[in-house]
Amino acid sequence: MQQIFNFIFKNSILLLFLLLLGISLSLVIQSHSYHRSRSVTSANAVSGYVYQKINDVEQYFSLKTENEKLAAENAELKKILYNGKDSIATTTTPTAVTGNFVVTQSRVISNSFGKRDNYLTINSGTNDGVKRDMGVVSSLGVIGIIENTSKNYSTVISVLNTRIKLDAKIKKNNHFGTLKWDGKNAGFALLTEVPRLAEVNKGDTIVTGGRSVIFPENIPIGKIEKVFIDKKTNYYTLQIRLFNDMTSLDHVYIIENKDIQEITTLEAQTTANE
Amino acid sequence: MNSTVITNIARFILLLAVQVFIFNRINLFGFINPYPYILFILLYPVNGSKAGLLLSSFFLGLIVDMFLNSGGVHAAACVTLAYLRPTFFKFSFGISYEYQTIKINERLTPERFSFILISVVTHHIILYLLEIFSFSLILDILWRTLLTTVFTLIISTTIIYLIKPGKQ
Repeated sequence: MQQIFNFIFKNSILLLFLLLLGISLSLVIQSHSYHRSRSVTSANAVSGYVYQKINDVEQYFSLKTENEKLAAENAELKKILYNGKDSIATTTTPTAVTGNFVVTQSRVISNSFGKRDNYLTINSGTNDGVKRDMGVVSSLGVIGIIENTSKNYSTVISVLNTRIKLDAKIKKNNHFGTLKWDGKNAGFALLTEVPRLAEVNKGDTIVTGGRSVIFPENIPIGKIEKVFIDKKTNYYTLQIRLFNDMTSLDHVYIIENKDIQEITTLEAQTTANE
Repeated sequence: MNSTVITNIARFILLLAVQVFIFNRINLFGFINPYPYILFILLYPVNGSKAGLLLSSFFLGLIVDMFLNSGGVHAAACVTLAYLRPTFFKFSFGISYEYQTIKINERLTPERFSFILISVVTHHIILYLLEIFSFSLILDILWRTLLTTVFTLIISTTIIYLIKPGKQ
């Protein structure tokens, strides 16, 4: 017994180091596993408050460009309104799609785009009805999916994150693929697993697909920049130039699918019955 | 509460604030951010409490992680740096470093520079290894480590000599 105490006393610094390293490594591993929410995020009162204060100052520098963006979006919406039942022009607005979607607005208070796994912080939380797995879009296109929420703030997995996978399709011929990010350039994403029989051209528009329960169909994502053929699988891999400038985001919209509960329970029952 | 403790607490808060307010938002070339907050670990008194250093480094890293949404990578890198610090002292200043009065924040000698360099490289390589978490991207890890190390070194030495200019 005496020896055990002696051992602990002699190596107390080493043991403390191993304990702290163990805690931090378990946090790291937890953050790298896909379907687990992380425990240390910026969606909390302290960092949310700090980022809000920084943003309160910074927003004045981008007032002009933000106003222009909002005016352009208003013009787009007015165009849809005045053109009545023009179903071709309605693709830029989530509300034009049949479904049970609720849209609320929010603002980005912290943004990252230089790492391989990027997250945004927005200033809406559970008090505003934000929940995990809601979609986040801007007037130009898809931004990400809500991950963690606190009372007044939420973190968003950005499309610039190697762990995100979105269902997307080529707008003109409805061929589906999976949208990923390769961790390299903040302006581009990849659309993988597009079948070879699909006709793809440089400049074709990519939009969200209809299989997702998070995003409505036909929200714009980007344009085809380059076409590759995956040598192993013989599928197309398309490099997509994103419509959004992910390095300067301010006003965003949060999309809630009211039917998500019904769909997921139905799917869970179906798979359980098999 | 003596003055060293107060100095260190002030340094902790100040470096953290500067890191969060300024250095996390630089994004040079789109992805390089310096991390001069590790100056807290480097400037901690040589003969100060080791447990205190380990614990404060852990919380320093954890708070930075919280702001950057990076899981626990900064905490892990900081704790390792704090633990290895005596070894780096021995390497840079010789075996009998504890009997000398080492002052990091004085005139830049080769010994002091090598100490800062080893510490920064160690911290950054652990940071990027854990953040990217994939050995197939080892070139990416090394490239980011190299660029960030250069940037952090410049900023750190600038901070040290701006605040405490060496006597002629």
